[in-house]
Amino acid sequence: MIEATNLTKVFRDRKGGDIRAVHGISFRCQPGQIYGLLGANGAGKTTALRLLATILRPTNGTARVAGFDIREQPEKVRANVGFLSTATALYGRLTARETVEYFGRLNGLNGDKLRRRTEELFALLGINEFADRRCDKLSTGMKQKISIARTLVHDPPVMIFDEPTLGLDVMAARTIVGFIRDCRSRGKTVIFSSHVMSEVQKLCDYIGIIHEGRLLAGGSLAELRQRTRQADLEEIFVQTVEAAP
Amino acid sequence: MNLTSVGIIYRKELIDALRDRRTIISTIVLPILMFPLLTLGFGLVAQKSMQKMEREGSTIMLLGETNAPALARTIRQTDGLRVVAPSEDYVVLISEKKLRAAVEFPPNFEQETRMTSDKPPQVKIYNFEGETRSQVAVRNVQKVFDDYRKQLVAERLAESGLTKDVLKPFATREENVAAPEKVGGNVIGGLFPYLIIFLCFMGSLAPAIDLTAGEKERGTIETILASPASRLDLVVGKFLLVFTASIVTAVVSLASFALTFSLPFLVAREFAKRNQLPFDISVSGVASVFLMMLPLAVMFAAVLMAIGLYSKTTKEAHSYASPLMLLVLMPAMAAMVPGFDLNATLALIPVLNVSLVSKEVLTGNYPWLLILLVFASSWGYAAGALSLAVSAFERESVLFRT
Ligand SMILES: Nc1ncnc2c1ncn2[C@@H]1O[C@H](COP(=O)(O)OP(=O)(O)O)[C@@H](O)[C@H]1O
Ligand SMILES: [Mg+2]
Repeated sequence: MIEATNLTKVFRDRKGGDIRAVHGISFRCQPGQIYGLLGANGAGKTTALRLLATILRPTNGTARVAGFDIREQPEKVRANVGFLSTATALYGRLTARETVEYFGRLNGLNGDKLRRRTEELFALLGINEFADRRCDKLSTGMKQKISIARTLVHDPPVMIFDEPTLGLDVMAARTIVGFIRDCRSRGKTVIFSSHVMSEVQKLCDYIGIIHEGRLLAGGSLAELRQRTRQADLEEIFVQTVEAAP
Repeated sequence: MNLTSVGIIYRKELIDALRDRRTIISTIVLPILMFPLLTLGFGLVAQKSMQKMEREGSTIMLLGETNAPALARTIRQTDGLRVVAPSEDYVVLISEKKLRAAVEFPPNFEQETRMTSDKPPQVKIYNFEGETRSQVAVRNVQKVFDDYRKQLVAERLAESGLTKDVLKPFATREENVAAPEKVGGNVIGGLFPYLIIFLCFMGSLAPAIDLTAGEKERGTIETILASPASRLDLVVGKFLLVFTASIVTAVVSLASFALTFSLPFLVAREFAKRNQLPFDISVSGVASVFLMMLPLAVMFAAVLMAIGLYSKTTKEAHSYASPLMLLVLMPAMAAMVPGFDLNATLALIPVLNVSLVSKEVLTGNYPWLLILLVFASSWGYAAGALSLAVSAFERESVLFRT
């Protein structure tokens, strides 16, 4: 469960001016559902998701993630979240096994439990063939699988994906999309950002349209269609953004 | 702070660093090779040029040779002096280092030396002042003249019925009373801390930047920030690894230094002996220097990490660290200046205080109050630097600088 209330993030630019990257966002995302944050480049998606993952601290407002407040208990939040983005690279000099075990240990797993969990994930994702090779020697697809194993090692109830398919080839992107669906069917709370309409349309149960830091519209695809009287998500998006003050 | 997670982070960074070629070279390979290569290289070069000089001898010219036939004969027979035919352009030849010296005898030189007069004849030795090989030639020529002078003096004394003792009414003798380590410490006391401080800095440079700016550059910073480890745990774990690298560098270079100068089969030792450079340093002195280095290593590690955290790329970080290296080396070098000694004010200046106190300790001096002051102030700076690194890691505007 994710519940954001009036979430706001203001950055200082070089001249000392304010950049309102996220501006009073409120929404709710339930277990077993995928919430899609749809927005153009610079809309504030990354900032919003970093706030939820407690990588950044909000300037105003707050959110509860998996029952913990992001301001009060950020470490607890992170222990219940799997965060994956194109900016979350792997340590090139570690092997797949070392990587997954490292994040497992940071999440409090050790001994037999950690070994069993690693084996389970490696079998599930087909990592065994390259489990003991260094990450910098692996292909993008292989790295993607290790990243997924890394986010899943502590079996978090909440998953946050920031444009996870950006720059990936078709096969690697399919792996990720399949993985996101899988998370939903396991009853996890999933939030996901993208600027690709088709991807959001295919995957998401709820869609939030974000523009210049503000959440302009939110609801299921059916609700958005009804409200805007448009069938196509792209048309819905353009109409919503153009209607904004 | 959670010690378990600090340990987990430290262990991971250790594995990572051990697989980083640049870190291994700067923390282990370079300090091992530095002393043997420096001394062997220096020794070899010195030996080579010495041999060359002995083999070739110094070319000199005799002007007005007929005025001193006997002396000229002696000079020609002297080892290390090679007489060439006289010519007018000796000044040019000396300036161009084709000739080392020219000796000019005044008319009737040898006859006049047999007579006493209030205006004794004068030999001119033209040379290149400050040029080593020209000075060697001058010294060799002067030796011949000295012998000749002594011979003349002895003859004159004999003629007057006196013995040589009349010229030596009393004698003097110099004797060293300082412990050998004090003498050794004086020579090496300035150089040694300088090298160790330099290596300590170099040892932490690569890992400090790799673990901070390197993570930003490779995009792993967000991966690790999304883990449950707290930022304090992360920065402490990373700091401990950088500190380890710094200490390993210091220990490895100390060991290499000790072996280079104490193993009898090494040429360096022979070289040191032959040139009468006292290299004996006490074990307790070295141990004290090492203790003094600890706060310095903490400070270097923390400052370099803060720089690395602030930088967006490793290249940017290195460009900030290079001028800092000069800032560290200058005070470290100052300790080598003879007579520049520790006092209460200097004890408060970072880096300089440790290099000066090391010089004292290596010469067997233990000014306890000043040592305490240096220790306290350098730990103060270390703590300040460490809190700077910690707060840099907790600042979003530093970690996510755009
Ligand atoms: N660390 C930062 N410092 C200053 N401005 C930032 C920072 N991160 C993002 N921004 C600004 O905030 C706005 C939103 O950026 P972002 O959240 O990355 O958007 P998106 O992910 O939707 O492309 C942009 O104008 C961006 O320039
Ligand atoms: Mg983004």
